[in-house]
Amino acid sequence: MNVARLAFLHLVARPLAVLFTGADVIGREHLPSAGPAIIAANHNSHVDTLLLLTIFPARLMARLRPVAAADYFLRGPLIGWFSRTLVGIVPIARGSQYRERPGREDVLAPAREALAAGDIVIIFPEGTRGGATDELGPMKAGVARLAAAFPDAPVIPVWIEGAGRVLPKGAMLPSPMNCTVLVGEATRWNGDHTGFMEALRQRLEELRKSAPPQRWLSDLDPDPPPTSAAAAASAPPAPPSPDS
Amino acid sequence: MPAPLRLDLLGSALPPIAWPLVWGLAGVLAILTVGALAAMLLPLLPAGGDYRNLQQRVASWWVMVALLVVALVLGWQATLALFALISFLALREFLSLAPARREDRLIILASYLVVPISYGWIAINEYGIYLVFIPVWVFLITPFLMAIIGQTRNYLQRAAGFHWGEVACVYAIGFVVWLMRTPAHLPMPAGPAGLVFLLLVATEANDVAQYCWGKLFGRHKIMPTVSPNKTWEGFLGGWATTAALIWLIGPIYAPLAGMNLAIMAVLLPLAGFAGDVTLSAVKRDIGVKDSSHLIPGHGGILDRIDSLTFTTPLYFHLMTFFALHR
Repeated sequence: MNVARLAFLHLVARPLAVLFTGADVIGREHLPSAGPAIIAANHNSHVDTLLLLTIFPARLMARLRPVAAADYFLRGPLIGWFSRTLVGIVPIARGSQYRERPGREDVLAPAREALAAGDIVIIFPEGTRGGATDELGPMKAGVARLAAAFPDAPVIPVWIEGAGRVLPKGAMLPSPMNCTVLVGEATRWNGDHTGFMEALRQRLEELRKSAPPQRWLSDLDPDPPPTSAAAAASAPPAPPSPDS
Repeated sequence: MPAPLRLDLLGSALPPIAWPLVWGLAGVLAILTVGALAAMLLPLLPAGGDYRNLQQRVASWWVMVALLVVALVLGWQATLALFALISFLALREFLSLAPARREDRLIILASYLVVPISYGWIAINEYGIYLVFIPVWVFLITPFLMAIIGQTRNYLQRAAGFHWGEVACVYAIGFVVWLMRTPAHLPMPAGPAGLVFLLLVATEANDVAQYCWGKLFGRHKIMPTVSPNKTWEGFLGGWATTAALIWLIGPIYAPLAGMNLAIMAVLLPLAGFAGDVTLSAVKRDIGVKDSSHLIPGHGGILDRIDSLTFTTPLYFHLMTFFALHR
């Protein structure tokens, strides 16, 4: 067992998660109690990984393996050591040249190995951090391929609300704001690629709807009517009224 | 009167603890023990029932009481640290649910600075500056910073929300620590910690008494659009119970007697009710039942201190008024 990683998770990651987000969890009973399992979560911030690494009971912490982009998290020796040793990432190659095709390298091989070893693999199917708009972006199908390869491993949908406000993409300073992790009921590989992805999306959307409104105001309200000046500039000419 | 209890911590003397406070704290622990026993034994009754919430609530009370007792025994510095932490957590909960736009992120980050600065005035005993810092200066500066950032949609709603949070979560709660810094020449039958003890016991007893009266006899709704579970029976029963409690134990812990005691006994339960329903209105507007899940069985820290945001300033100001008009 990796002592440095456990010390990092208990002494650094967990206190940071509690200080900056409160680390509220709804549906904790749905978390898997053993590997192999797949956690599929929305992604708006590095805080997502921080939260998912610290809400599990201590005995499972060593089993948690976040799938993370090799081009970003292994870009230098220091961040590479941090990502591999302390965060425990499963690297994945991104980009069109890596799309699965006969004769190409299998980018999911490290994740498959982790599942085969009985680990809990954390995957963000959106593939990148979204803009904290509280919407679920298009999802990549890698999670379905993993589920198909391990049909007995439960796939647990997780919606993380608020993390994109603590540390949005591009921000340097994290700001404390409460986040809520909503854990849904496990789903399993159902033999149908499209149906699986559709079911996963539906579960994530349901979790999103039940989340407390820890989101920016613009995401709650429709746009107001444009001001008269803007309306005059942009509105198409009014249709002739019937009685003219 | 026996000499107060004196404790040492690592060789340095702690503030003396008056005996009434020792008995009071022992009484609170006894009540908690009864609650814990009830939570353990009730599920064994043949009627069954789900008492998990009661068990969680009691377990959380042990933690909260332990933190408060340690802070009060250690003195004003520890009490300041504990309540600064409570203010930070409450403010974080509030700002996370309050109406805010993407552009407000740095305003929110800066708003947390109000906690150490405001409590800093207490630490260096600058009462006059404390009084104007949040109500005047934070009130003026925050909307100005928002204007500089330039997002004017929902501007008034956002600015008002931020200030509501600063006053309720930081300014009002800070008066608990000012009680601990009451000048020693003023009469205090159980020391400064006794003043805080009476405030906390009366406020929490009011919450519990309202709940029990409402559960037992509640029939007529008092504020159906804000707090559908609150009833006239709960409100009046809680009011009478808490007033009687303050009338009985008030003189033991605070320099209260005669008309002053009667005024405190009548007004403090009203303030507790007002704080409770005011935060309920805020939560109803936002669309949440609990402000977070920080305290198992209770909800968030804002849910726990809602009454306190009103009783603390009232208690402090009445005490100050009585002291000045002896």
